[in-house]
Amino acid sequence: MLTFFIAVTIDWLIPRFMPGDPVQSMLGRVRVAHPESVEAMRGFFTNAFGLDVPVWQQYLNFWAALFRGDLGISVYRFPQRVTEILLTAVPYDVALLVPAILLSWWAGNKFGAYAARRRLLDNTLLPLGYTLTATPYMWLAILLAWGLGIKLDLFPIAGAYAYDMAPHWSLRFIGSVLHHWFLTFASLFLVGFGGWAIGMRNTIIYELEADYSHYLEALGAPQKLVRKYAFRNALLPQLSGLALQLGVIVAGALVTEVVFSYPGIGYQLLAAIQNQDYFLIQGCFLFIIMGVLMANFIIDIVFVIVDPRTRRGMTGETA
Amino acid sequence: MSLQVDNLRVYYQTLKGDVRALDGATFDIADGEIMGLAGESGCGKTTLAHSLIRLTAPLRYVEGSVKLDGEELPIADMEKMDAFRFRKISIVPQYAMNALNPTRKIGKMTAELLASKGARIREIEPELRRRLDLVELTQDVLGMYPIELSGGMKQRMVMVLSTLLDPSLLMADEITSALDVSTQKAVAEMLVQFRDRHFVKSMIVITHDISILYQVADTILIMYAGQLAEKASTKTIIGSPRHPYTKLLISSLPQVGVKVAEKRLHGIPGTPPQLLDPPAGCRFRARCPLVFEKCVEVPPFIEVDKDHMVACWKVPGKNA
Amino acid sequence: MKKTKNEFLYFAFRNNKLRIGVSIVLFFLVLAIIGPFFTENEPLDFVHRGAPVRPFTSREYLLGTTVFGQDVYSQLVYGLRATFIVGAVGGGLATLIGVIVGFTAGYRGGEADEALNMLTNIVLVIPTLAVLLIISAYLEVRGILLESVFIGCAAWPWAARAIRAQTFSLRSRDSVDLAKLSGKSSAKIIFTEIAPNMMSYLLLVFILQFGGATLNAATLDFIGVGPTEGISLGLMMNHAVSHSALLLDFWWWFIPPGLAITAIVGALYVTNVGLDEVFNPKLREM
Repeated sequence: MLTFFIAVTIDWLIPRFMPGDPVQSMLGRVRVAHPESVEAMRGFFTNAFGLDVPVWQQYLNFWAALFRGDLGISVYRFPQRVTEILLTAVPYDVALLVPAILLSWWAGNKFGAYAARRRLLDNTLLPLGYTLTATPYMWLAILLAWGLGIKLDLFPIAGAYAYDMAPHWSLRFIGSVLHHWFLTFASLFLVGFGGWAIGMRNTIIYELEADYSHYLEALGAPQKLVRKYAFRNALLPQLSGLALQLGVIVAGALVTEVVFSYPGIGYQLLAAIQNQDYFLIQGCFLFIIMGVLMANFIIDIVFVIVDPRTRRGMTGETA
Repeated sequence: MSLQVDNLRVYYQTLKGDVRALDGATFDIADGEIMGLAGESGCGKTTLAHSLIRLTAPLRYVEGSVKLDGEELPIADMEKMDAFRFRKISIVPQYAMNALNPTRKIGKMTAELLASKGARIREIEPELRRRLDLVELTQDVLGMYPIELSGGMKQRMVMVLSTLLDPSLLMADEITSALDVSTQKAVAEMLVQFRDRHFVKSMIVITHDISILYQVADTILIMYAGQLAEKASTKTIIGSPRHPYTKLLISSLPQVGVKVAEKRLHGIPGTPPQLLDPPAGCRFRARCPLVFEKCVEVPPFIEVDKDHMVACWKVPGKNA
Repeated sequence: MKKTKNEFLYFAFRNNKLRIGVSIVLFFLVLAIIGPFFTENEPLDFVHRGAPVRPFTSREYLLGTTVFGQDVYSQLVYGLRATFIVGAVGGGLATLIGVIVGFTAGYRGGEADEALNMLTNIVLVIPTLAVLLIISAYLEVRGILLESVFIGCAAWPWAARAIRAQTFSLRSRDSVDLAKLSGKSSAKIIFTEIAPNMMSYLLLVFILQFGGATLNAATLDFIGVGPTEGISLGLMMNHAVSHSALLLDFWWWFIPPGLAITAIVGALYVTNVGLDEVFNPKLREM
């Protein structure tokens, strides 16, 4: 909770301290020469953006508006409201991030566990995994776009759906969306996959050398059972790792969206920065923060459910 | 004959070469016999236990055979041994307090383990509960996680678990070392109970604490630096040992009621040899008061009296 | 048992991962240092008039030219310099802050630990890249040092956490208790008992931070909020994408920079694993 509060405050503060005046930029765009009109417009915009009250009041107004779900009006896409803009972007991000994160985590873990058993697989997995996780998100995106998109012409490389379509519920539209979505998803998936596979492989080797594993082996339990226990126990640190990686993954999504012109929040944020749009920047950042915090929260809950050691409390002795 | 070990050699592989941790062990254990296995740290007792039940890297099988109830134990083959583990041979390990999976309820883990060995929990459950009572654990333990149990409780649980399928041979590796004295007594007595009630046929009790063996063991096998020194009934070992090492060992034990002013405690001067490149012959000769030229050859572990084996050139065999 | 330096070096040279990783990093480092001497072209100059040159076809333009006639080889080697600087400074700064925060928290424990922990967690959770992005965007002129400082200030929590954990385990070692009992002052304990064991760990942490800083810098540069002057690998990719290198099939424009980063960071990770094996005998394979 505290984190949220601080994060939001930072979010609000940053645009304020930066050079650049939204009102000025609006005026610049409107290009009105007549001084009286300029004054009137200045007044109008200042009022519209809530900048005519003292700073501390602006801060309180911000919180109030926040609770109403009002994030202000976008400057460069004036007069669209920020909330509107972001709400149209969110579904794309959710559709992108949720499967990419969950699938890469799950597949990476399974694969890493599998590789830990077979020498041959292990020897190919390790270099591959390290390479994938060392690959900058945008370069992989570029490679996929170039390789699969242009050279092989299998996938489109821009936008969320074909340009000649408007959103509507039809199989063709959904197909087009999926078609466009795939490469973006793939680049996020692959980088994540590499990282989790390597992490799991190392963790599971550690678990297989634990006392409880040795005990089961001494009692002649089949390898299947030993591996099953080791895998479940190894998932726990991987889960907390996931919570920590969320910030990194979000950043990765941002650049990937840029490469593919995929209209998620990342894409909007970049556009907002390039156009010095205070409120849109604030809004994007807020959404990102909320998303990350929510995900963290969910993971914390899952962790408590899954790990009996956190649940049953600290009344036990340390052996 | 319950257990027959013949010339067993098992070495540790290290980057610097093979550590000859168990170098030629030959002995027998009869049905119903509780044999104590004693010696200094690093003498090879745990290596022996692990060789019998989980011989895997860094341990390396060199030569020798092991027969349990007349059947050859394929100790060098990890997979083939699975058929014997738990059912015929079992162990309460040194790390018993950490041996239970921390994220599984104990009852669930037991059921899964039994199922994976082809045993039906439903049939075994009543017996399991009886044994929990025997070791003074509440039935609730089955629904708890290991973290909720104390160290002693965990150890008793492992004792019950390891003997659940009534193995022929149970090895108890340093199970009293981490306990306080009164608990030690209770646990030692439980071991004897297990044998008396036929949960297990024979036992190897590994410890460096001879006083425990005095309480529970029928016979004692003394090891030194990977070699066997002496094996005899407990009474003989404590009262009339014949191997120089055993003699020094027993005499260095403090006795209740004897004050230092009357009789000083002597340790055994020197340290055991390094086993990476051990000295030839009897490994005790560097510290032995009876050493002479023949000691550079390995003395055979021979019978010097009925059921009394010694490995020392100075102790003539029965047929000498 | 004290580890002699010789034993470390012996294992270090035999460790395959270490050899491969270090070789790759050294290769690029050498390239970064002496590479620019092999070309007379400044990276951003439009030196070539005429049709763009394909790679490996001309002696002057080893890696070809961009759409605008800039020398790709020149951009690559100068960009490498930038990459290494940011990695070293950013990574070093992050490690430094991490040491200060992590060690204090680990050694003192108690309230200091709790407070620092909270700070660490907050900075950890906030997607700091987003913050950097926004701050960077608003500054008119940005230098390479500034970028390194930003990255360092954003990446330190990872280092702090690791160092804190290591400090805890080292602090509770018997040798430290012994030193305390014998009345050694805190400072002395830190320097004689804990520091030597910590050094190897710090090296590992720094290597990871170096890699992370490189990746972060590339990402920032790619978005366009990197240094306003000069060239870097991320910036090369930025230019490539925004000037249709993909569609025009100018693969030599965007493949080398990305490949270089992947290779360097990957090599750093592998080196890290190798070093861990050297320092930690338990991990060594037979």
